Amino acid sequence: MNIEWYIVLSSLLFAVGAMGILIRRSPVVILLCLEIMLNAGNLSLVAFSKMVGNQQGQIFAIIVMVVAACEVVVGLGLIVAIFRRKLPLDVDELRELRG
Amino acid sequence: MEAVLFFFAALGALGGAIGVVALRNPFYGVLALIVHLFSLAVLFLLLSAAFVAAAQVVVYAGAVMVLYVFVTAYVGGDTESAWELIPGQRFLAPLMGAALFIELSIAVLGSSLIALGTHGPDVNPSFGNPAAIGRLLLERFLLAFEASSILLLLAAVGAVILAGRRAEGIVEGSSEHSSEAPAERSEDPSTIPSPGATA
Repeated sequence: MNIEWYIVLSSLLFAVGAMGILIRRSPVVILLCLEIMLNAGNLSLVAFSKMVGNQQGQIFAIIVMVVAACEVVVGLGLIVAIFRRKLPLDVDELRELRG
Repeated sequence: MEAVLFFFAALGALGGAIGVVALRNPFYGVLALIVHLFSLAVLFLLLSAAFVAAAQVVVYAGAVMVLYVFVTAYVGGDTESAWELIPGQRFLAPLMGAALFIELSIAVLGSSLIALGTHGPDVNPSFGNPAAIGRLLLERFLLAFEASSILLLLAAVGAVILAGRRAEGIVEGSSEHSSEAPAERSEDPSTIPSPGATA
């Protein structure tokens, strides 16, 4: 397969993830859509690494994976903290920094 | 053969992503994301990135998704309200997504990268296998490797502080004269999913 197929698929996935972040209101689903966008970036990194014939793009993808795992851990910790304070799990209603 | 695999994996990845966006129950969204991640691992294998594919399956589809399943089961899969803050948000957002896709396509296809329409150069079979990636990670990118380990440690500590029982006891105690904080702490064991699972 040519590299451009992978790049087009990656930009399609990125657009779908961005659309999900704009539409959905539950913080868990917004984190899931963020994962989709990060994975789209990973796919284009690996595709460009194959195109150039250099493995450094794959190192980038692995580091992005680590950062995504950190983001998930902190984000889910925030969601659990929000839930324990009986606040609504809805990003439109959580507009004040002061809980 | 490669084209057939690509199209099936691409369909899986795209279908999983659309499922995450469209399914109302967050629990089904998590399951759709698992399909998406496995399809992406197949795509990584097609791009001769064996180690990245293995890490994708083990780290993402394994550890991170277990965290998501636990948290979704903990907070409950309630469906969202239909209330819209911005009128027409549900129709504006797909327009915005389509505009983003068109813009990205123009940027990529107009970027005069000659190798974009090719397979890429022929690589030897050891391209992207664990030995090559490990050598690169521990020699040339050692600084990034160590920095990411510190980042993982910080994230684990931060999640424990954010979701721990004690932090909530302090905050509630400050408003209610800290009378029921100890009783509340002993009431249930810590239900946070252990952040060390991803580290």
